[in-house]
Amino acid sequence: MGSSIITKGAIDCDIHPSVPNIEALLPYFSDHWRDTISQRGVHDLQTIAYPKNAPLTARPDWRPKLGMPAADANVISTQALDTFQTSIAICNCLYGVQLLMSEDLAAAFASAVNDWMVAELLNKDPRLRASIVIPTQNSEMAVAEIERVASDPRFVSILMLVMDEKPLGRRSYWPIYAAAQRHNMPICVHAGSAYKHPVTSVGWPSYYAEDYASQAPAFHNMVSSFICEGVFSEYPDLKVVLAESGFSWLPAHLWRLTKFWRGLRAEIPWVDRTPTEIARDHIRLTLQPVDAPPTSEQLERLMDHMGSDEMIIFSTDYPHWQFDGVDVIPEGISGELARKIMVDNPKNTYPRLQ
Amino acid sequence: MNIQVMDRVTTGQKINLAIADCDIHPTPKSVPVEIYPYLSKRWQDYMETYGIIYRQGFPTGPAFPKGQPNAARRDAYPPGGGKPGSDLDFMRSQHLDPNNVQLGILNPLSCGQGVQNLDFSAAYCNAVNHWQIVEWTSKESRLKASLMVPYEDPLASVKEIDLWGGDNNFAQILLLSRTAEPLGQRKYWPIFEAACRANLPVAVHAFGYGGAPVTGGGWPSFYIEEMVGHAENTQSLLTSMVFEGVFERFPTLKLILVEAGFAWLPALSWRLDKLWNRMRAEIPHVTRPPSELIRQHVWLTTQPMEEPEPREHLLDTIEWIGWEKLLFATDYPHWDFDEPSRALPIRIGKEQKEAFFLKNALELYNLN
Repeated sequence: MGSSIITKGAIDCDIHPSVPNIEALLPYFSDHWRDTISQRGVHDLQTIAYPKNAPLTARPDWRPKLGMPAADANVISTQALDTFQTSIAICNCLYGVQLLMSEDLAAAFASAVNDWMVAELLNKDPRLRASIVIPTQNSEMAVAEIERVASDPRFVSILMLVMDEKPLGRRSYWPIYAAAQRHNMPICVHAGSAYKHPVTSVGWPSYYAEDYASQAPAFHNMVSSFICEGVFSEYPDLKVVLAESGFSWLPAHLWRLTKFWRGLRAEIPWVDRTPTEIARDHIRLTLQPVDAPPTSEQLERLMDHMGSDEMIIFSTDYPHWQFDGVDVIPEGISGELARKIMVDNPKNTYPRLQ
Repeated sequence: MNIQVMDRVTTGQKINLAIADCDIHPTPKSVPVEIYPYLSKRWQDYMETYGIIYRQGFPTGPAFPKGQPNAARRDAYPPGGGKPGSDLDFMRSQHLDPNNVQLGILNPLSCGQGVQNLDFSAAYCNAVNHWQIVEWTSKESRLKASLMVPYEDPLASVKEIDLWGGDNNFAQILLLSRTAEPLGQRKYWPIFEAACRANLPVAVHAFGYGGAPVTGGGWPSFYIEEMVGHAENTQSLLTSMVFEGVFERFPTLKLILVEAGFAWLPALSWRLDKLWNRMRAEIPHVTRPPSELIRQHVWLTTQPMEEPEPREHLLDTIEWIGWEKLLFATDYPHWDFDEPSRALPIRIGKEQKEAFFLKNALELYNLN
């Protein structure tokens, strides 16, 4: 049960518009790619990360009779923004651009999705913002896409998936982080996979429930990667938002990472503070899903373990089914903390929202 | 419960309490001298010709160089020569006696498990089982062996378990955590069935080479990431065992997670409970909440113990897991050894302390 706290002016940092179908994107491709898509029968890039009819993919009352959920601005405005009196919501479009094998095709799709979001979402509701979709397959192309659209202030962050070809701290991704810092945008690392490796370190699972469960360990791995590679030493103004990550795992992970850092810091001398301190300065996590303990007392203890009231930022994860009604803030989070989570923390995370 | 957080200085006193150490790593002084006697000529020749080939590129060392040579404490090299963990007398004088180890569980690593050639894997595991008895447990009654099985060949594993089942030199069946497929998958079920038949817990120790990258997003750069990542790997294997319904199919199965940390368990349980509620139609064979199954079937060794600041936070975590579910371990002779007198830097009641350091293990292993 949530506590039904609604704070006027909340900033929702993770909602998911759906590309209705590949035809909707066609106007945003060049002739070459439009021909490619039709001649080769390129299919829709929906992914197995959110099977269309799986319960988690869309809340029953947010699921349309036909077609994709959250597929047009009117529906999003009514269901996701009006309901929660949201002042601003950030669209993280989970279209499977990162899964493609061809860098060129991915770059074309990324541009098409971004242009579609401008025309169909951002231009239709002034409360909407978006994360830039990039072809993570090639950092040079990714930076080119960032540069192409960054002058539009409604793009407020840059989207990556938590599981890609390489751990996200790896140096080959750094040009993306340089661009993010240059343009005052955090990197939004969202649950999901490019599916270029098994989603677990022990291979492919049997069930969707395992795929979704495995997102959390992947977030642990990527926190390790960003910190150990020294991303935040190189880009001291950069923030990384972990979206749809859950957050209750973070304290235990940082205890472990910090313990090993004490023993192994000679391997990564550029990490000159504890991982716990670095995370508090640079890592933010969206609220939903709340993988909460059974009682509100335990959640209060857990919030104490977090060691900071600035790390969690509000999200509904709309249209994914993480909670019912308007019970988006779990019991155990005080009204004062809820206000920080819903307004102050997002503003401090996204410079472009100030 | 009477709990007080102590400074390190005041907790540094020697613990006189007898302890169980549920993770000790023995290693052969010399493979030809100590292991070959239990290998056929064919496999001795194979070893000389090809060596041990794992699912990783280097035949003689890891792709992530360890923090210390052989991942060992600098002071753990026996004065008479040989690798750390290869000399029983030195293990006694350096560890078993001064730390008052009443029960030590031997977990041989790099000893035939996860080897590409399955027949060689089976032969080598069998040899190491003989070796543990001859060189260790028959000479030192405080030590118990782990029944090594070539887990990527479950039928050969069952054969090995049935061969030794009932031999009280063995306290548990040992697997490594980085298997080729998620451990709950049906390929591995015969091992769990045989374990229940032999009435032995299944211990899964961090490490190994399963072939998949150590993260779902590829290979990291650093040893620290691999080490920390054992916790994530172990969460994935536990998730698989829960959602495949292993604990319901094998209701007497006991699972011990070794050297993968423990503080992550509450958050994982909460996440799995939530997903189970939402997705029960996909996994109808899981009829009870994951947190209940875990509480009933899973134990964890303590080393490397998480060290939050402030330390009281660890008490919350241990209560959420259950004090009865933790088994003390040092990881002797490895570099990240948890010293018994300093490992738990919080003062707890006498009864709890005895359970944590000894009785939980005696009870689990039926050694009361």
